[in-house]
Amino acid sequence: MTETSDTAIVLFTLQSALISTAIVIPIGLAISWALARLRWPGKSLVETSVALPLVMPPVATGLLLLKFFGRHGPLHGLVEVVFTWRAVVIAMVVMSMPLFVRSARVALEEVNVRYEHVARTLGASEARVFFAITLPLALRGIVAGTVLALARAIGEFGATIVVAGNIPGRTTTLSLAIFDRIELGKDSDAYRLLVISVIIAFVALWINEAVVRRRPAH
Amino acid sequence: MIATILLAATIRVSAAASLTDALGEIARRYGKDAIVFNFGASSLLARQIIEGAPADAFVSADEQQMNRLQQRGLIMARRNILSNTLVVVVPADSRIAIGSPNELIAVRKIAIAQPDTVPAGVYAREYLQHAGVWDRVASRIVPTENVRAALAAVESGNVDAGIVYLTDGLSSRRVKIAYRVTNGPKITYPAAVIAGSREKAAALRFLDYLQSDPARQIFRRYGFLLP
Repeated sequence: MTETSDTAIVLFTLQSALISTAIVIPIGLAISWALARLRWPGKSLVETSVALPLVMPPVATGLLLLKFFGRHGPLHGLVEVVFTWRAVVIAMVVMSMPLFVRSARVALEEVNVRYEHVARTLGASEARVFFAITLPLALRGIVAGTVLALARAIGEFGATIVVAGNIPGRTTTLSLAIFDRIELGKDSDAYRLLVISVIIAFVALWINEAVVRRRPAH
Repeated sequence: MIATILLAATIRVSAAASLTDALGEIARRYGKDAIVFNFGASSLLARQIIEGAPADAFVSADEQQMNRLQQRGLIMARRNILSNTLVVVVPADSRIAIGSPNELIAVRKIAIAQPDTVPAGVYAREYLQHAGVWDRVASRIVPTENVRAALAAVESGNVDAGIVYLTDGLSSRRVKIAYRVTNGPKITYPAAVIAGSREKAAALRFLDYLQSDPARQIFRRYGFLLP
């Protein structure tokens, strides 16, 4: 029960991080697009809120999530979140969203709006403009943001331990397991997980660099 | 999953991280219900329970955290299941002989957990104050983030001595116990059923089991003392 295998921990972490990233991409794209292309009241408020988890101590973000989803919170009763895998994913989404939005927003802003206008004059719908013109031109920044968000999700610790707990076999991610092993003085177990986590981080950041450095195709 | 269905109940136990191995072994031995643990610092676990995070029982390494819950009427059937004691440890290859608090005055660096907030550090400070040497060693105290970090500082030889729990002192081969504190502060591990639990009877059954002979044998093997 307490000795969940390394493989199970790694798979759970990757699986949660992938689900998190799958949630971050559409929501993050919508936010980034609204921030990059539109002027609307409350824009700076949304801008700040999205970036907030980047600045706040992760444990504080975790505490807010715990209050929000806890028994006294507004969302209690809809679906059980606290101490479940859903809490792990939610912590990851909140913590990695700012990184994705920063990257995607800049990428969208750099797309020349003239191309979009031209497409519109040729009769393309807004959705067609976005998917046929904007998205492909901003793809590098979006991919880079995706990789960053994924990496941040894999490494997430502070918010997770507060809202999801450290429940072996249920909510224990790689970061939590490393912390836990260090706390218990199981150094060799901790170092083994550490090596795995360094490899994952290295691969993710290497892909990110490769994507960002690649010369644009057009 | 299948086991969960066949067993009578699933009990969610929030337990102090220092109990991970001992409780894990006891839970595997316990056949009646399935036990799902949430391990962490007692202060964090108390906070989670206050916010309504799901738990059926709480085993704390620290009375203060259990008191927080009791004051809010969140627990019932509280009892002390374990106790611990402080030890003074030195690196395994150290030639310094320490046998009393007075001899700590001659030591250059002493690691203890943060003496204001971390239970192990608070206990260590109380012990040194009670022994009348705190004022003379205070400048040589190296406060660490938690008791494990104090142990690690001694293991690495970066400090000459440390004050940790007996269970920590026994867990490492790279330190040796200089002496056991016999007249130190009372260190107890309280356990209780969470008042809002839907599995109160099962949770109570598990806490009773923690006080049974088979469970106590396991605790003793990990260096815990019985109250």
